[in-house]
Amino acid sequence: MKIDLTDTTASKINKGLVQARRAIGTPAVGMVLTLVVVTDEENAYDALKAASDASREHPSRKLVVIKRVSRSPRDRTQSRLDAEVRVGTDAGSGETVVLRLYGEVSDHAQSVVLPLLLPDAPVVVWWSVDAPRDPSSDPLGALSQRRVTDSYAAEKPVDELRSRAESYEPGDTDLAWARITPWRSMLAAALDQVDSEIVSVEVAGEESNPSVELLAMWLADRLHVHVRRAISAGPGLTQVRLETSGGPITLHRSDGAMATLALPGQPDRAVALKRRETSELLAEELRRLDPDDTYASALRFGVDRLGGIQSAAERAEAAAQPVPALPVRAVPEAAPASAPASTSASASAGASASASASASADQGDSDRPTPAKMPPVKKQEG
Amino acid sequence: MSSSNPLRDPADRRLPRIAGPSGLVIFGVTGDLSRKKLMPAVYDLANRGLLPPGFSLVGFARREWQHEDFAQEVHDAVKEHSRTPFREEVWQQLVQGMRFVQGTFDDDDAFERLRDTIDELDKAQGTGGNFAFYLSVPPRSFPVVIQQLKKHGLADQDKGSWRRAVIEKPFGHDLKSAEDLNRVVHEVFAADQVFRIDHYLGKETVQNILALRFANTMFEPIWNRSFVDHVQITMAEDIGIGGRAGYYDGIGAARDVIQNHLLQLMALTAMEEPSSFSADALAAEKEKVLGAVRLPKDLGKNTVRGQYAEGWQGGEKAVGYLQEDGIDPKSKTDTYAAIKVEVDNRRWAGVPFYLRTGKRLGRRVTEIAVVFQRAPHSPFDHTATEELGQNAIVFRVQPDEGVTVRFGSKVPGTSMEIRDVSMDFAYGESFTESSPEAYERLILDVLLGDSNLFPRTEEVELSWKILDPIERYWDKHGKPAQYQSGTWGPVEADEMLAREGRSWRRP
Repeated sequence: MKIDLTDTTASKINKGLVQARRAIGTPAVGMVLTLVVVTDEENAYDALKAASDASREHPSRKLVVIKRVSRSPRDRTQSRLDAEVRVGTDAGSGETVVLRLYGEVSDHAQSVVLPLLLPDAPVVVWWSVDAPRDPSSDPLGALSQRRVTDSYAAEKPVDELRSRAESYEPGDTDLAWARITPWRSMLAAALDQVDSEIVSVEVAGEESNPSVELLAMWLADRLHVHVRRAISAGPGLTQVRLETSGGPITLHRSDGAMATLALPGQPDRAVALKRRETSELLAEELRRLDPDDTYASALRFGVDRLGGIQSAAERAEAAAQPVPALPVRAVPEAAPASAPASTSASASAGASASASASASADQGDSDRPTPAKMPPVKKQEG
Repeated sequence: MSSSNPLRDPADRRLPRIAGPSGLVIFGVTGDLSRKKLMPAVYDLANRGLLPPGFSLVGFARREWQHEDFAQEVHDAVKEHSRTPFREEVWQQLVQGMRFVQGTFDDDDAFERLRDTIDELDKAQGTGGNFAFYLSVPPRSFPVVIQQLKKHGLADQDKGSWRRAVIEKPFGHDLKSAEDLNRVVHEVFAADQVFRIDHYLGKETVQNILALRFANTMFEPIWNRSFVDHVQITMAEDIGIGGRAGYYDGIGAARDVIQNHLLQLMALTAMEEPSSFSADALAAEKEKVLGAVRLPKDLGKNTVRGQYAEGWQGGEKAVGYLQEDGIDPKSKTDTYAAIKVEVDNRRWAGVPFYLRTGKRLGRRVTEIAVVFQRAPHSPFDHTATEELGQNAIVFRVQPDEGVTVRFGSKVPGTSMEIRDVSMDFAYGESFTESSPEAYERLILDVLLGDSNLFPRTEEVELSWKILDPIERYWDKHGKPAQYQSGTWGPVEADEMLAREGRSWRRP
């Protein structure tokens, strides 16, 4: 069942949802959350498909927000909202509303989304592309318990990681982090079997793949040893090598599917480590809606403290250039001043903590930010 | 060792519990259970990344197979029955650890070969001497296999490794045989290394009973004799005995289903809150409930057994039980059993629990229905509430897992007419990694050594103490009632509830 609504409003869309449910004769199924997908026309199809597939595990109302870019200045001053209500088989499990925002209203997407949220159920926002610099103070991000970004889709992933670390708020998470769960789990399983001390680590992978940095930062954060980030041809992550007092442990994957685990004194073993679909990553994200402290801790370790990464001096040079070309669609300057204000205190504390961390990078690991130095975990409001 | 592993952190909730280095040996690997459930479950676990690298699967059976034939058989079984999509790289990981050992259970050479195979796997695959032996074999072979494992040193744990035994129902056919079996098994394997599979306990919905009861506030206050009228636990099958005549005849529905599955479901529904979610605390509460079960004095009036007769089941003609191949036409085996029990404690005194199971019933369904008392006073007149039944909370265990709440609601448009409506909670359909099969969960728990979801010796013996008097009564009195295939059981069962002013739900 599909209802098209042209030049509409949120209340008409709500009526459309009720009407569609009636028409197919089934009541609302037990939807557990609202998933807001923010995307553009180019990525809308893939994003919606991933969200629908993930909704089979997490029945949800999916609100797809597509901001349309108008060509002419005259169109830009006009404001229009078109909606497509899908209920039933074409909506995965739950309901889908595709919202197309033209002109001025596209800067006020939260006004359309707010009335359409499921009552009393968690809200998750996923920016499939063009995530805002500071997700929690974004008007849409402020509505949600969990904010999913994807630094893999960013133009400059390493910069993206830096800005994520600066603006981190509990509830932020990154699909690039979800991508490495199988690697992390395999490495943890490998260390279950080895008793020797770890001396140093090298993580190798594609150049512009932030998952490699995240894995390296996680290892550095947990193991307190020097971790080097190396570049390989890919695909994705290719190798993790842990030097231990008992010999090297390597997990090597050259084809993006099948990996080999080598432990000192043990036979090599094949391990399936397939790169996963977006829908699976999203389903993993939706499984837990509490803050991911492990991610926060790894992220705040700071990319600049990894070996093999563009040095702080080079970075400063890059930063001296006019605005870094982050592919962030500028959040309108006129964004409500009150919302970010409440978060700015802790955000700047986060920034200073990571700044001091990167400054002291070469003084060794004793100076890594302890949890006490990190900004306090902020309670979710509303 | 994992506690000192710097990469493990309890706060890191994304990391799944992966079993340590280990292998699984399946006896009776050519059987139906192995092909339809065990092999696919092993694959699904591997596919979800929950098996350790180097995990090994050893098949033991009489058939003349090479390792490759065995791998091919597993491959076919996995392709046909696995829940998650088939992926070549996962298969490649698994196939390296697959071995087959040909032999019979009394063949000493075969068990020597099995030991060599395990030693070889420790070297080639790094399984570290940790093996679980899954006995998917007829009950009469249990003692032989267990003794052989002992004789050839396969049950010996050394250097921090473990050896575990996994056994399937039936755990005996009465209290005495169950005790004998337990003695045989425990002589070789320590009590905490024996895992009894009751696959119902591996189901998500069954674990959800605990979540629903103990994580919420709105159910527990009414979960007692002040509000609950009675509880019905049903496990219905639409199939007949199929080719299992040899196993089934003489055992019957009550021993096959009530003794294990239904009493376990009852224990979870009726038990008090455990002090923690640990295996010991759970078992303690379940044992208290099973120990508090009282049978009615008049077993003749409060139990019913039946046999399916010829009839039509779901559009197909079905033969009666006595006409099935291999069944003695004079057999008194029950294919339907319904019993009433009470739980004699402060919470449940006077609340009947009706348990029923049967083959060739209306449809395949398992559910637990907690039926509440009627409102003590109704401001509406009689005609308004004529259609109103009793409120109920129903756990749908299978199929279509979920929870239904039934309550009265006004019919729109009428002056005042109140009728039953249902509010449904359904688990999402299976996709990506949702709703694992019960066997996946249970096999993983065996490899992890987590015995939460496995009934213990004491529970098995307590269950037999409940069922034995009923079986003895049935042996001496009367014979099974006949019911038409495809219906909801014999009229005697309906009469049993009607005498108390109640009726069975149509699930």
